[in-house]
Amino acid sequence: MYSKEIIKRFRKPRFVGEMRKADAVGEVGGFKCGDAMKVYLKVKDNKIKDIRFLTYGCMAAIASTDMMCELVKGKTLDEAYKMSNQEIVNGLKGMPAFKVHCSVLGMRALRDAIDKYRKKS
Amino acid sequence: MKVYLDNASTTKVDERVIKKMIPYFKDNYGNASSLHEKGLSAKKAIEEARNIIAISINADSDEIYFSSGGTESNNWALKGIAFSNRHKGNHIITTKVEHKCIMESCDWLNKQGFEITHLEVNNGGLVDLEELKKKIRKDTILVSVIHGNNEIGTINDIEKIGKICREKGVYFHSDACQSFLKEKINVKEMNIDLLTLNAHKIHGPKGVGALYVRSGVILNSWQQGGGQENNMRAGTENTPGIVGFGEAVRLGLNKEEIEKMEKLRDKLIEGILQNISEVKLNGSSGKKRLCNNINLSFRYIEGESISGMLNQHGICGSTGSACSEKSLEPSYVLKAIGLNHEMANGSLRLSLSKETNEKEINYVLEILPKVVKKLREYSPYGEVK
Repeated sequence: MYSKEIIKRFRKPRFVGEMRKADAVGEVGGFKCGDAMKVYLKVKDNKIKDIRFLTYGCMAAIASTDMMCELVKGKTLDEAYKMSNQEIVNGLKGMPAFKVHCSVLGMRALRDAIDKYRKKS
Repeated sequence: MKVYLDNASTTKVDERVIKKMIPYFKDNYGNASSLHEKGLSAKKAIEEARNIIAISINADSDEIYFSSGGTESNNWALKGIAFSNRHKGNHIITTKVEHKCIMESCDWLNKQGFEITHLEVNNGGLVDLEELKKKIRKDTILVSVIHGNNEIGTINDIEKIGKICREKGVYFHSDACQSFLKEKINVKEMNIDLLTLNAHKIHGPKGVGALYVRSGVILNSWQQGGGQENNMRAGTENTPGIVGFGEAVRLGLNKEEIEKMEKLRDKLIEGILQNISEVKLNGSSGKKRLCNNINLSFRYIEGESISGMLNQHGICGSTGSACSEKSLEPSYVLKAIGLNHEMANGSLRLSLSKETNEKEINYVLEILPKVVKKLREYSPYGEVK
């Protein structure tokens, strides 16, 4: 069902974990809806300097958020905000249609983090 | 190490079953309806299998009808009884924890104008007998209650349910796909009118099952054609499958094999409960639980991830989480026993077979705590502990 890339990232995500002293933290979902995502950002010169995530989610959510982190690291906030989910799915070499819903959680949390950062600064 | 603990989904076919089936592909491949040698030997083998299965549940041979599996038998039982007995009423009683093929058949019947009552179950997954008595009405034609639950392993008291139904003059059907051979089933003593059985959960082949129909029960055929199965279920008989089914039942499960599964099941449950925090056993315990079923909910983490990571370590299990479902809804069975979304989404089912050994259980006990720990490190709720 899952591509090799998804399995690889699920087994060894590179961006998972809490970030202390993050510049912004985005959150979506919750216990009740069965999936939850937190994205931590470090921002410098309007660019994403570092990024981490935590999730209560399935394999697709873990792998796609990890992919997203890799893709947005180093980008400007505007570029990151506008990134499409398709880029993540492409990076993962495909995603079962009924799991795409799980793969957008990371993007939503990232946008929430960027919104919060902009409000703050 | 490879550990297969998804035997409630399907089992490995026993070598002896395969051996018994092969001649019916290679030599005795005749159509059982044909009157030549090859047809007659196929017919004879089918009748032998029918007899073995009948004896195993104390039925008569002519009360056993072969089908393509549990799903077909359940569909036939429900739809067949409904349409053959519509003159008596249009109310059907079932439960909230049936297999999907019963739920979906009932939904379909509902659209055809039948009224369906879904009985609640308690936290352990058991049907309340007093509730059942209250819900049976004058226009009730059928009660269908699962024997051993496929997700949580709870065993309903079908003897008592059968007694209630017989006293009230209502047909009683039970889906015994999971419990067959593991629990004693005597259709006469238990007042069972219809019973669903299948082969692939008992080390037999896929694609073959049976429906027991007590003689005297009014049930029309659902599949028309060449008059096979005593005009009740048309279609050329799946001779190798039926032979394999018969052999799987003949081999059966002995007392030692059942006790071994119970012992290993309890060892695994206790080991998990002791070594992992914030985990809950779903279903009932002891004798009210199938000897091979374990169903647990792990807090703060998601079931598909748990089974996915176990799979990376060679362990096959399954989950009732929403993320494993195209519907994106967690298991309705887990919700019916009172689990909230969070716990229902964090569920893992491990189901043993007669071939499961202690080494495999020890391996799961070594790996599972690590998997849970790792996923909790990924989880924003891990810190809540």
